[in-house]
Amino acid sequence: MLKRTPLYQRHIALGARMIDFGGWEMPVQYRGLMAEHQAVRNSAGLFDISHMGRFSISGHDAQRFLQYVVTCDVNALSVGQSSYGLLCNDHGGILDDVFVYCLPSEYLVVVNASNREKDWNWLQRRSTGFDVDMQDLSDRWAMLALQGPKAEALFCNSPTMQHTGLETLPFHEIALFGFFGVNGLIARTGYTGEDGFEIFCDANKAELVWDALLALGAPDSVQPCGLGARDSTRFEACLALYGNEISEATNPYEARLGWVVKLDKGDFIGRTALREIKAAGVERKLVGFELIERGVARGGYLIHDLDGNPVGHVTTGMPSPTLNKPLGMGYVPTALSKEGSEFHVIIRDKPVRARVVKMPFYKPRYKR
Amino acid sequence: MEYNLPADLQYVETDEWLRMEGDEAVVGITDYAQSALGDIVFLELPEVGDTFKAGQPYGVIESVKASSDLYAPVDCEVLAVNSSLIDNQEPINSDPYGEGWMLRIKITGGTDKLLDVAAYTKSVQERDH
Repeated sequence: MLKRTPLYQRHIALGARMIDFGGWEMPVQYRGLMAEHQAVRNSAGLFDISHMGRFSISGHDAQRFLQYVVTCDVNALSVGQSSYGLLCNDHGGILDDVFVYCLPSEYLVVVNASNREKDWNWLQRRSTGFDVDMQDLSDRWAMLALQGPKAEALFCNSPTMQHTGLETLPFHEIALFGFFGVNGLIARTGYTGEDGFEIFCDANKAELVWDALLALGAPDSVQPCGLGARDSTRFEACLALYGNEISEATNPYEARLGWVVKLDKGDFIGRTALREIKAAGVERKLVGFELIERGVARGGYLIHDLDGNPVGHVTTGMPSPTLNKPLGMGYVPTALSKEGSEFHVIIRDKPVRARVVKMPFYKPRYKR
Repeated sequence: MEYNLPADLQYVETDEWLRMEGDEAVVGITDYAQSALGDIVFLELPEVGDTFKAGQPYGVIESVKASSDLYAPVDCEVLAVNSSLIDNQEPINSDPYGEGWMLRIKITGGTDKLLDVAAYTKSVQERDH
């Protein structure tokens, strides 16, 4: 039986096409991926991301514990701030990528839907010796993402948000707000390459908040968006997707996430291995590429060097709606990772020439 | 969901339709297929004169989210391809039974595996949820 979010009935009522995403019955699109993608890039889109995991970590050792299990510097966070971080295993492999929010009396850790159980068990297991209280709030809270260049104006100018100061909330910060008669947390963050907000509220209020956000501005100013547009927008911004660009078989340095690993912050899980990996240099690297010949690269396709030797694989590929050409990300040997390097993507047994281009494909338009 | 599945066409499980014209047929993908794929952005079609066995892939269709093979609905030889779709795939979404046609074929084998609209509708309903 697939799991459903508190907004399942809304998705059905909106005519969404539902798919199985990591055990969750989620909307992949409503009107169409292209229209939803354009809404996020040009106006505003609303995503149900309640399938993600939300853990509360409190107690005397909460900060010390998180500093030990994630790669980012949790000690550097003041109340209201957040950081992108990685959970790594002892070998430096990536267990998950997470967001850590520092709240007044606890930390909120947002994890990938597909890794909820794995992360929970991992954190439980590694919390031995720490005085921490872990709560899984995933089912009690809903989570929505309002994303796009008009997200701020639409939300902040609505009667419910006037004089709340939401427009002054800095990038990657979170605060408690009242909206539509509901109290909840709003963070200025997202996964689309656009400015926008992620909104946490009681699961029982999810439909009310969803309806109110969809009704912001003129009719159709805010489009409901499915996982299809979530993937295509994050892909253009070259944001990693767990299971595609990163996994336990990849380390942060080859995934170009070395900036998330704070080796100097003190001891943490994976530090010794990560220090060695960094010192030795990586053998392969994640690159962005465009296809020079006709074709569309997809995740899992093999990459061959120009002599025909298998050297890597595509992690995500699709025709980019914004740039209007087929692009991809994939792992190639470091020697082939420089901009302008060429290789072949094997598309249905046929080598199709590709060239390394700068990442991100789409320059994020965050409000900092 | 409701799909436009014309009663005068023949269908196959792989979501192609045929409009029979004697021992020739026009072939395309169904409204259900285009809806499931979403906005189509890339298409690969065969050459005139190519021959296929029923069930063999004759081309590739790609949307932003997925890539999918196109399957020959019957044993056939390609008489014409709608090459205007290579540059503009939009008609496949907007008019799958008209401007979105893909091939004109000469049927070179049996047609007993083809589905009528009732059988195909049932197949779609079983897969669409």
